[in-house]
Amino acid sequence: MTPGARQIVFNNVSKFYGEVLGVNKVNFSLEPGITSLVGPNGSGKTTLMNLLTGLIKPSHGEIYVLGLTVQQPVEFFRQVGYCTQFDSFPPGTNGYDFIYWPLRLHGFGHDQATKLTNEALERAGMAQVANRKVAGYSKGMRQRIRLAQAIAHHPTVLVLDEPLNGLDPMARAESIALFEAIAKQGMHVIISSHILEEVDRISDCVVLMSSGYVVAEGQIKEVRREVRDHPMQILVRCSNAAKLASAAFELDHVVEAKILSDGKSVLVRTRDAEQFSLLLNKIVSSGLVEVDAVAPADDDVNSIYQYLIGSDGGPA
Amino acid sequence: MSIQESVVRVQSTLKEQPWRLFASQVSILVRTEVRRNLFTRRRIWVYLLALIPVLFLGAHNIFSRYHFDSSQIEDDTEVLAGLIQFYYLRLGIFFACMGIFTWLFRGEMVARTLHYQFLVPVRKEVLVVGKFLAGVVISVALFETAVLACFYLIYERFGAAGRSYIFDGPGLSQLGSYLLVTALACLGYGAVFLTLSLLFKNPVIPGAMLMGWEAVAPIFPSWAQHLSVTFYLKHLCPVKLPIEGPLAIFTVVAEPVAPFIAVFGLICLTVAILVLSCFLIHRLEVTYTAE
Repeated sequence: MTPGARQIVFNNVSKFYGEVLGVNKVNFSLEPGITSLVGPNGSGKTTLMNLLTGLIKPSHGEIYVLGLTVQQPVEFFRQVGYCTQFDSFPPGTNGYDFIYWPLRLHGFGHDQATKLTNEALERAGMAQVANRKVAGYSKGMRQRIRLAQAIAHHPTVLVLDEPLNGLDPMARAESIALFEAIAKQGMHVIISSHILEEVDRISDCVVLMSSGYVVAEGQIKEVRREVRDHPMQILVRCSNAAKLASAAFELDHVVEAKILSDGKSVLVRTRDAEQFSLLLNKIVSSGLVEVDAVAPADDDVNSIYQYLIGSDGGPA
Repeated sequence: MSIQESVVRVQSTLKEQPWRLFASQVSILVRTEVRRNLFTRRRIWVYLLALIPVLFLGAHNIFSRYHFDSSQIEDDTEVLAGLIQFYYLRLGIFFACMGIFTWLFRGEMVARTLHYQFLVPVRKEVLVVGKFLAGVVISVALFETAVLACFYLIYERFGAAGRSYIFDGPGLSQLGSYLLVTALACLGYGAVFLTLSLLFKNPVIPGAMLMGWEAVAPIFPSWAQHLSVTFYLKHLCPVKLPIEGPLAIFTVVAEPVAPFIAVFGLICLTVAILVLSCFLIHRLEVTYTAE
């Protein structure tokens, strides 16, 4: 795999901690946008992020971030911001200094570093408490101050390990909006999370991990399409659920058609979604049934996760 | 590739480096490290190591206010020499540097904060130099102050005779030598302990072995003695102690070396050990769970 100037490339990357497998033979390339790393605890998400940012070295393989490697730290870390899940801080530091001094190490002068610090504090909603010691922050505040540090230098690649942990619903929504805004600017945002619903809503791309292996990678819909072993679930709301269900049963690829308790919805499990769509079109045009809504019921990360890994993706 | 081509390549590589950025990063690292490590409760035992002789001398001056005869100056000069050669150089600075310099990286691993310094656009070599200099600033500030205080307390009690010894006699030059030896000891031991902390998870055992080596190095051949920090320091101590028996091994200079060669030799040894640290730091990974 050749490294592209806008891509993040993992080229046959493996990491072993002695005899313990961290990740094995990881191959993928990521385009700008929001990418979610999803997997149970111990699946290798954090290892993958630590490899990406050079905190650990791969046992085999190479990693390129926008054509750079960690061997060029000055250029590399100007492009990369990493919000780890290590909940520890330099002793005695306050929120402001926690962001200001790393910016000075980036080479920013006092004025520029001050401006960027204040901007990052504002974006993370921490401006009011910036002069308080970090040791006195709540868990959510510590999470947000780490996020502020990661985004302060305007990185092109933002890596976030479980960034929504410990945040209240309001802060969570604000953080998600912030990630989306950053991604819209053409940047990479790589998020690991087990809160699948939120990841599902904001992700452009998903990397599913299990026991150190990447089990699926790509856009959620593409990944779902690749999971051919599992019938796709389609929810149809219509005027006559019984008629629709009996029509659906006549098709070979439909394995189940269940009328839901409201009497107006049918949950169809089919091996060929396109053929089922054709049937629906026929039914609608014949006027037998009026269709109100059609939606895939399992076209989300959670369902794909269940199919591929066999658990619900919650913390193990 | 010919030697000339290699030299040209190295020269152009060196020219391309952002030296101004490196210098500013080193200065920021020193500032932040000193602020974090100099005035902290965790360092109380280091202050005590530096100040114990000062406290004893101060107490002695206060509680034994008998007349100090100027003929005692020579004896007290030897007491000061013994204090510096036996206590500070072999114990105080040794253990303080062990605490300060091994904590620079290993302590960050234990506190789970090292990743913050690995995620900024700073070359690892710059990080090593910045942290080392911060350690040097801390240890030199503590021990030079302590040595200065000891010197003052030793000669202050002699009044005019003491002042005369300092300003008209050899006192001031001896003080200069002690301050130089103290600074060099901090440099040498600091570099060694920084490297040990990158080589071993628990640098206490190799530290004890180093202490043993520093003690027995004088009985080894000349070339091996050059690998000992105290070998260079002994040559710079201005007062020779009249010690006989087994303890003489700590003070006897078997093969005299000119002071500037001793200073240069110790600086070369320090630089060589730091270069080794710069290689070792690249092996260091942030795996807190393994700590």
